[in-house]
Amino acid sequence: MSLEPVRELLHRVQGWLAGLWQRRGIPLSLLLLTRQPVRLAVALAGISFAGILMFMQLGFRDGLFDASVTIHRLFDADLVLISPRSTSSVSMAGFPKRRLVQAMAAPEVEGITPVHWNLLLWRNPETRGTRSILTLGFEPNDPLFTDPSLAPKARLLTQKGRVLFDEQSRPEFGPVASWFKAGRTVESEIAGKRVRVAGLVGLGTSFGADGNLLTSSETFLELLPNTPPGSIEVGLIRLNPGSDPAAVAERLQAQLPSDVTVLTKQGFIDFEQNYWRTSTSIGFIFTLGAAMGFVVGCVIVYQVLYSDVSDHLPEYATLMAMGYNLISLLGVVAREGLLLAAFGYLPAYAAGQGLYLLVRNATQLPVYMDTTRAVTVFTMILVMCMASAGLAMRRLADADPAEIF
Amino acid sequence: MAAAAAIDLHDLCHWYGSGSMRRQVLQGVNLQVEAGEVVLLTGPSGCGKTTLLTLVGALRQVQQGTVRVLGQSLEGASRGERQQLRRSIGMIFQGHNLLRCLTAEQNVQMGSDLLPGFSYRARRDQAREWLRAVGLGDQLNKLPHDLSGGQKQRVAIARALAAQPRLLLADEPTAALDSKTGREVVELLQRLAREQGCAVLMVTHDPRILDIADRLVRMEDGRLSEAEAMAQSTRG
Repeated sequence: MSLEPVRELLHRVQGWLAGLWQRRGIPLSLLLLTRQPVRLAVALAGISFAGILMFMQLGFRDGLFDASVTIHRLFDADLVLISPRSTSSVSMAGFPKRRLVQAMAAPEVEGITPVHWNLLLWRNPETRGTRSILTLGFEPNDPLFTDPSLAPKARLLTQKGRVLFDEQSRPEFGPVASWFKAGRTVESEIAGKRVRVAGLVGLGTSFGADGNLLTSSETFLELLPNTPPGSIEVGLIRLNPGSDPAAVAERLQAQLPSDVTVLTKQGFIDFEQNYWRTSTSIGFIFTLGAAMGFVVGCVIVYQVLYSDVSDHLPEYATLMAMGYNLISLLGVVAREGLLLAAFGYLPAYAAGQGLYLLVRNATQLPVYMDTTRAVTVFTMILVMCMASAGLAMRRLADADPAEIF
Repeated sequence: MAAAAAIDLHDLCHWYGSGSMRRQVLQGVNLQVEAGEVVLLTGPSGCGKTTLLTLVGALRQVQQGTVRVLGQSLEGASRGERQQLRRSIGMIFQGHNLLRCLTAEQNVQMGSDLLPGFSYRARRDQAREWLRAVGLGDQLNKLPHDLSGGQKQRVAIARALAAQPRLLLADEPTAALDSKTGREVVELLQRLAREQGCAVLMVTHDPRILDIADRLVRMEDGRLSEAEAMAQSTRG
């Protein structure tokens, strides 16, 4: 194949771009902005402030939703059974373990893990104060998490009264991790029963749980003797490689009685996030916060651009008298908006990165600058600036070249 | 067509306001300005000089009468047609009306940017050339703020001429200047316009500059009267 057509096309594009470049005029928008440094600074401060506010609010919101499923993501499961009465990780209801065994009948099912799940009161071994901690009970020989490092530690749980403590739990649970690492025997009470820490795991806190604890089903039932026999809160199902989890979930749901809900792993994650999103005001509050930033930014940019156009009205009228058309003058204001958006976004982005780091260190919330949010905030700033420019343009209609003589 | 008059007005009337407030400012004005001619328009303030200028400058809609500017009829001309015609008309205002955020050179280039078919560099070089022509070759990068009144008015002249107009309208260009500077500015304007073959219609109150005109026209109560051709002798 000959490269000639491609080369010719490139040549033509190059020529076209060079033509555009040669046709350019005085960069009036840029000069209008940069030759009025105070006004520019005010505008940029306003836009950056709005951007930072949006970054923070949206970051917190997404971070909180993300954090609500820290544990959920770790499970080694393709499908998850829960009770339809469960509403979220902080109020999980029980369902008959038999349903999980029934699910084994499906040819795609490779393995199952019944899991007990509850929030129990943990006594801080140092201060003796109590605080609720998310406790999972499972058969130590069953796979629980995808992380393979758990299996050897899980074997320690076969002894009764032993627990694995999440070293990323909040410090309010006591200096368990540091004591354990120092070689001390750490013992404490859960729900009034004595337990010993057999090892440490790293799971991470979530929205509903400040700390996590793993133990065997046997120990779990001892801590909670009132649990109905044969009742579990979560059933993990692993499927053969290559099977379609959504299809299997649908079939199982149809086969099993209605006292159980079959979810895919992603469905389980969505179930939890959906609770925090819809049943609490968190999403609303943070989205409102971001909207406030947007509105404040709009007002500031509009004020700046409107007074800029007003101040230069005789000059715009002069340009019209010289033969510049209204469209090209509207373009000047539009480009001012565009430049403000671009200049204002950069500091907001940088500050956002810095603040996210601060938030991560202070709260352990997984708040990161992801591309979606970076693009969302830029789009918001762009809309903000262009809408304000559009409103400020109406002032240009007052520029009457007949009045300047 | 080359001999078409720069300005050709017939029985031009104009009113401001409406209803009982309606007031006639131009009452049947007739005026011809040939290509390359320099015409001065004098008269008491409020007699309609500026209105005449805005009508000729295609800044206002014509109400009654015929107006031909550079061969183009303006009765019923659309906004776009008038704007297009304005590219061929240079305007110099009482105040300099320079863009405050642009340097002298950039201000003049706003004029030459209106010319199609020139590269950016060519237009910038033209702007520099014009500033040199008005004697400001060493002030290219100064902002209007840093220029004196006479210098600003000279930048305004350079800007008006940079668009290569065939007609130049000036409204009391010396009003803000002292008499010596005013005289210099107007002489410069006349010389450059003549070199370009550009017709000039200038409104002025300044009696000391009347001698630069080819022809003097006096306006009173919305009517024109030809003054004696006192400047006939200066005509080449």
